[in-house]
Amino acid sequence: MKDFLLLMKPELQLTLILFLLVFVKLGRGIKNDLLLQLIQVLLLFNFVLGFFLNRNGHLFGDLYQSTSLFIFEKNILNLSAYLVSLVCADWLRKSQNLPEFFLLMVSSMLGMFLMISSGNLLIFYLSLELSSIPVAAMVNFDLLKRKSSEAAMKLILSSAFSSGVLLFGISLLYGSTGTISFSEIPARLNGNTLQVLAFILIFCAFAFKLSIVPFHLWTADVYEGAPIAATSFLSVASKGAFAFVFMGFLYKTFLPLGDIWYGMLVLLTLCTLLIGNLFALRQQNIKRFLAFSSIAQVGFILLGVSGGAPLGSPSVVYFILIYVFSNLAAFGVASVISEQTGKENIDDYNGLYKTNPFLSWVLTLALFSLAGIPPTAGFFGKLFLITAGASKGNYGFILTGALNLVISLYYYLRIVRAIFFEKNDVTPLKNIHVSVSVRFGLIICSGGVLLTGLFSWIYDYIQSLH
Amino acid sequence: MNLSLLILIPSLTVLALLVTRNRSQVCWLSFIGSLVQIGLALALYFAFTKERAAGNSSQMLFEQTHELFRTLHIRLHFGVDGISVAMILLTSLVVAAGVLVSWKIEKMTKEFYFLLILLSLGAYGFFISLDLFVLFFFLEISVIPKYLFIGIWGSGKKQYSANKLALMLMSGSALILVGILGLYFTCGNDFDILHLSQATIPDNVQYIIFPLIFLGFGVFTALFPLHTWVPDGHSSAPTAGSMFLAGISMKLGGYGCLRVAIYLLPNGATHYATIILVLSAIAILYGAFVTMMQKDLKYINAYSSVSHVGFTLLGMGMLTQTAIVGSVMQMVSHGLMTALFFAVIGMIYDRTHTRMVNEMGGLMKVMPFISTALFIVGLCSLGLPGFSGFVAEVTILVGSWQNNDLFHRTATVAAAASIVVTAVYILRAIGQTVMGPIRNKSFEGLRDAAWNEKLAAIILIAGILTIGLMPGWLYQLLQPAAEIITSRLGLGIK
Repeated sequence: MKDFLLLMKPELQLTLILFLLVFVKLGRGIKNDLLLQLIQVLLLFNFVLGFFLNRNGHLFGDLYQSTSLFIFEKNILNLSAYLVSLVCADWLRKSQNLPEFFLLMVSSMLGMFLMISSGNLLIFYLSLELSSIPVAAMVNFDLLKRKSSEAAMKLILSSAFSSGVLLFGISLLYGSTGTISFSEIPARLNGNTLQVLAFILIFCAFAFKLSIVPFHLWTADVYEGAPIAATSFLSVASKGAFAFVFMGFLYKTFLPLGDIWYGMLVLLTLCTLLIGNLFALRQQNIKRFLAFSSIAQVGFILLGVSGGAPLGSPSVVYFILIYVFSNLAAFGVASVISEQTGKENIDDYNGLYKTNPFLSWVLTLALFSLAGIPPTAGFFGKLFLITAGASKGNYGFILTGALNLVISLYYYLRIVRAIFFEKNDVTPLKNIHVSVSVRFGLIICSGGVLLTGLFSWIYDYIQSLH
Repeated sequence: MNLSLLILIPSLTVLALLVTRNRSQVCWLSFIGSLVQIGLALALYFAFTKERAAGNSSQMLFEQTHELFRTLHIRLHFGVDGISVAMILLTSLVVAAGVLVSWKIEKMTKEFYFLLILLSLGAYGFFISLDLFVLFFFLEISVIPKYLFIGIWGSGKKQYSANKLALMLMSGSALILVGILGLYFTCGNDFDILHLSQATIPDNVQYIIFPLIFLGFGVFTALFPLHTWVPDGHSSAPTAGSMFLAGISMKLGGYGCLRVAIYLLPNGATHYATIILVLSAIAILYGAFVTMMQKDLKYINAYSSVSHVGFTLLGMGMLTQTAIVGSVMQMVSHGLMTALFFAVIGMIYDRTHTRMVNEMGGLMKVMPFISTALFIVGLCSLGLPGFSGFVAEVTILVGSWQNNDLFHRTATVAAAASIVVTAVYILRAIGQTVMGPIRNKSFEGLRDAAWNEKLAAIILIAGILTIGLMPGWLYQLLQPAAEIITSRLGLGIK
């Protein structure tokens, strides 16, 4: 019993929050302001508690596994949930159905946690569905906006399709290996055609979730249509969770097919980097822009993943930690501005520095981190991904990746240019009031962006986890 | 001497700038910070010569190591040899002068000085790092502030220039990064320059990595044909920005070519030396001839920088000890000279609001100090004995002449011939600007340099004259370091 309580602690914490939220919802009468603060405190507690009393082991046979690396990954997700509740507070506060939003978010996180810890294909599939379906509802949260419903429709349809592909892959894999347990699959993989087909199908499902080109088509529309709170959660937590599980799949379960997936990864990485970067160049809407930038970021993550377990795994986890800070800072600023002025175009940011220096600096830092400019942490994150990728000695591939840094720099600088450089015929946005919790959230994000790289022990710590 | 002070002082200055209240506080704080930097650089020089005089002949002095990313073997490894000390001296002088000439900046003063000091932080870090990863980190730090400098405080087609500069420099960095990673994985996961210099790197690997690293740093140091960001960047940048860009930033590239490419990959260097020589000879002549056609003072200095930096690369490509010493001397000399040139151009522009040579004339009558400074820098640029330019260029040419085959001789002669062209454009430009009658009546009421501008010019002129009149100390500083580099080349020419 004690094992059960401690091993499943992260999941149990989330379940507890879910129940509390249901009660709050039933109780009525609490003002949104107070409710939001309550939820923020709960999520903070959840994050802090995540560091204590952890235990490694497995439960229910091999169904559920917990290792120190998994716990760290879950902590990153907890952190991102807390930060989302902070930086998107302005929008959330005005929402009619505040508790529901968090109900959906927390249940999606519960799905991610179970997915990270899953020990066989069955529980993996179930938890994957648990993590995806609430997200579709979150995307639809702007009930009165057509675009929001359209985005949700797109997401749920393509999500269902990818689940179908995944299930097909799983059944083929089961057919050819006779097991659904992750620990038993590798020994039974011999690389025959059926298994390769099964692998490709499962790979496609991941590619869809991570919006790897050519499975990325839903991304920009969903990001644009969804309320920013949902978009930021989707772009950070969902991407992160799937990247973690993806690595587990490649490095452990499908290790015997290493040659096949390396070739596929190289090809898809190049496509993802190029398409993501080239499409980001000409975007006008900041959310679409961030969508394509996040596709390009996934390209870099794949570059790191391709390097293999010893360097790839820590560099990806480290990068995602940094990505949480930088992306949420960028989305946070976009959210505040869009909430108070309704403006979402990059041109609207012209001269922002004159009227809103705080927001400008936060956004600039975030963009520099996304672009990989020192001294922000993004520099270290990107560099370690590239280092991991280079460990296979495939230098043409790495050079292409490195040159993509230059393309991405161009479009990140586009926003920086809009913010800082003067144009004569433009009146900048009015001074925007930033509420305390948003300000606090943005400061945490900027602090993370500045310090994660300089506190080098974080990387060494991740490397030491298993 | 604790080398981390060189990083600590600019960092503290930058942090202190964040809490300053008004413009004068910002200026004075930066000025004091830059004076402390000069003090530190001088202290470093004297401590260094004292150690050497006491017989400490280890390759790097004042080494210190801190673990950074333990599992990736990335360490903060600092240490200096003669070349680094010379570059640090140069940096401190240029930064102080840059702070002084920007005294009147009205727009976003705090941000301006913040970025300026941040740039100096990057430069110091770059020159003292002995770990390739950390070196790359500091190199990258210095890219984006330049972009903002040009974009926010620049003039002319500043957006275009800023973008061009940032993208070209980042492409250079990307090449360097791949080269560094190649070294890292070939030599058993190590970024440390001193360890890498012990490792045996197979020739075929050197032939691949050397061009990556050399071209990458070549972008920074305006290697022909990768120099195209230089004229645009220099002419659009604000005065202090151009000073830093030409005075220090281009030297980051030269230093990198020498320390990383040539030192770590000697066989690659000998393999590609011919190409380097051809490119740098073209740069020298092409730069000089293009300068002749320019009418804008900033463009004149920008293109002449391409020509002068060509000398640096020529010296490196010659691969003899004397030529390499000369090429570092040229870096220092050109850094001081070009910084002064840009400072003077900035002072003239502030008063006359034009940089066109043909619109000026007779400035000597209204602003004698500024005009004299312009004269000095011009004479230094055309290589008059007594100034640093002469010392550096002669050393390079002497070193080049030591290669006694036809190809090297031709390159040397071609480079030497450019000095004549230099004399033509410098004398013409300066003659038209400061001599003769005052063509524009509105210039008659102009005032001469203020105290801060005078001080800035004096600091740089002092540097130029110290090298020009007694070059011995610089030669002695650089020679042992150059010897270590050339001893690995296995060519046998001293």
